[in-house]
Amino acid sequence: MHDVKPGVRDLGAPAPRSRPSAARRAGRALAPLLWLGPALVLIAVVVLWPVVEMVRTSLLKISSSGVTLGSTGSRNYLDLFDETDLIPVVLRTLLWVAGVVAITMVLSLALGQLLNARFPGRRLVRWTVIVPWAASVLMTALVWKWMLDNYSGLVNRLLLDLHVIDHPVNWLAHPDQAMLWMMWVAVFVSLPFTSFVILAGLQTIPGEVYEAARVDGAGTLRTYFGITLPLLRPSVLIASIVNVINVFNSFPIIWTMTQGGPGHATDTTTTFMYKIAFFDQNVGESAAMAVVNFVLILVMVLLYLRASRWREEIR
Amino acid sequence: MTRTPAGRRPPRLRTVLLTGAGWLVGLVFLLPYLQMGLTALKSGDELNESPGSYLPHSWQWSNFVDVWSDAPIWKNIQVSLLVAAVATLVTLLCALPAAYYTARNRFRGRNAFLLLVLVTQMFAPTALVIGIYREMVALNLTDTLMALILVNAAFNLPFCVWILHGYFSSIPKELEEAAFLDGAGRIGALTRVTLPISMPGVVTAVVYTFISAWNEYIVALTVTASPDRRPLTVAIPSFVTQYQEHWQYLFATSLIGIVPVVILFIFIERFLIGGLTAGSIK
Repeated sequence: MHDVKPGVRDLGAPAPRSRPSAARRAGRALAPLLWLGPALVLIAVVVLWPVVEMVRTSLLKISSSGVTLGSTGSRNYLDLFDETDLIPVVLRTLLWVAGVVAITMVLSLALGQLLNARFPGRRLVRWTVIVPWAASVLMTALVWKWMLDNYSGLVNRLLLDLHVIDHPVNWLAHPDQAMLWMMWVAVFVSLPFTSFVILAGLQTIPGEVYEAARVDGAGTLRTYFGITLPLLRPSVLIASIVNVINVFNSFPIIWTMTQGGPGHATDTTTTFMYKIAFFDQNVGESAAMAVVNFVLILVMVLLYLRASRWREEIR
Repeated sequence: MTRTPAGRRPPRLRTVLLTGAGWLVGLVFLLPYLQMGLTALKSGDELNESPGSYLPHSWQWSNFVDVWSDAPIWKNIQVSLLVAAVATLVTLLCALPAAYYTARNRFRGRNAFLLLVLVTQMFAPTALVIGIYREMVALNLTDTLMALILVNAAFNLPFCVWILHGYFSSIPKELEEAAFLDGAGRIGALTRVTLPISMPGVVTAVVYTFISAWNEYIVALTVTASPDRRPLTVAIPSFVTQYQEHWQYLFATSLIGIVPVVILFIFIERFLIGGLTAGSIK
C-alpha cells in the first residue's frame, strides 16, 4: 500500500467525473456483465440448459435405446399419472420431508445449545458432530446398512444382547421399519449442518440481552422462548429451507439402503424418477416425473417462505 | 459469563450434566464411523458370522493394503481429487467477481441476478439428473471428467456467491477507498485489502465446494461408465454386489476417502461458524 507510483494516480483519477462520454456510459452498462459473466455462463450452461432439456424431454417420445421418435404432447404425463405407485410415492415423499426436517430442527436447536454451552471437551464434541457432514452421505448410508444387516449387523447384536429382541430382525426388508431407519439416517446426516447454523445464530446474540433478562428475573424457559428462539428466527428459517431442499432431493440414502424396494414400497419421488429412467428405460416419463418433482419443491419452498414472511428477513 | 455472581454456589451439577450429554452426543456421532473402522479390520470369514462380533478376532491391518491391489482405487482417488480441485477453482473464479460486484454496486439487474442464484440453489443435481444426462449425451461429454467438473462447479456456485457476498458486504467501503486513493487501483484494493479480510469466507467457500464435489454421487453414477473414470463415491459400493461381499474392503476404502476430508473440515471449524453467520444473516 505504501509503494505508490504518484504518476498513475494523477492520470487516472479526474477523468470520469468531468465528462462521461458515450463510450464510458456504454462501458458502465457493460461492467456488470464483465463481473457477473462467468457465473452467468456457468449457471446457463449447467443449470438452465438441463432444465429446458428436461421439460423438452418430458414432451418427447424416446425409445428405450435413446432414439427420439418425435413429440407426444402430454402422453408422458398421462402415463405417469396412470402409475398406481405415483400417489403413494408422493405422499411418502411429503411425509419423509416433513418428518426428517421437523425432527432435525428440534434436535438441532437442542444440539446447538449444547455445543454453545461451556463444558470440558466441547471442542472435541464439536469435531465429532462435523464428521457426518464431511463424510459422504453415501458412505454413512452404507455403514448404517451394514449395521442393520439381519445376519451379522451390530444393531441386531446389541439388541439381542440387551434382550430387546429374541431373534434377529431383517430391518430393511419391511417397508415401515426400513422407512423409519432411513429417516433416522437422513436426520443423522442433516444434524451437523443444521446445528452449526443454529450455533452460529446463537453466537450472534449479544450477552447483554441475557444479562437484561436475568436482571428482569426471567427464568431459563422464559428466556429461551422469549428471547433466544425469536432471535434465532433467521437461522432457523435458512436451515429449514436448505434442509427441505436437501431432504427432498436426498438420493443416496434410499438408493443404497433399500433401492426403494421391495417394489416401490420405500421409493420417494427422486428414486422413483431414477428407476423409471434407468430401470424401465423410459426417459420421457422420467423427465415428466422430474418436472412434477421440481414443481413440488417450488411449491413447498414458496409456501414455507410465505408462512414465515421471508421478505422481512432477507432483503 | 462463566463467573458466577458472589454468594451463589458454582453450578457443578449443571457442568456435570452438560459434560455427560456432550460426550454422549460425541459417541453417537462417532459410532457409525468406529463401526466402519472395526469392520475394515475384520477378515472376510469373520464378517459372515452371525451374530456379528463387536471387536475383530484378529486385526487384519492388511485389508488397508489389499484394497489398493483389489480394485483401481488409486485411479478413483485421482479422479475424485482432480474433479474436486478443478471444480473448486472454477467455482471460485466465477463466484468471487460476481459476489464482489453485487456487494459493492447497485445496478440494474442486481436483484434479478441474486434471485437467479437463490433459485439455482434450489435445483439440486438430483432433481435435474435426467436433464444433465441428456445434455451430456448431446454434448458428447458422457464418461468424461469435464462433465463432472462442470456440474460440481455450477451447483456449488450459489452457496459460494452467498457466503462471499455476505462477507464483502460486511467490509466497510471506506477501507477499500482508502487503498484506492493510495493508488492501489480497483483490483489492487480488492486483492490487497478486501480479500485478506474476507479470507475466512473464501476458505469456507473453498473447503465447502471441495468437499461437496468430493462427495458427489448421483451425477457421477449416471454420467460415468468406465471403472477408471469413476470417482471414489461410485467405485466404493462396487465392493459389495450380488457376486461378492467385501464389506471390509468397502469400509477400508471409505475411511481412506473420509479421513482427509474430516481433517480438512476440522481445520475450518472456527471459520465455519463465522461463515455460516455471514451467509445466513446477510
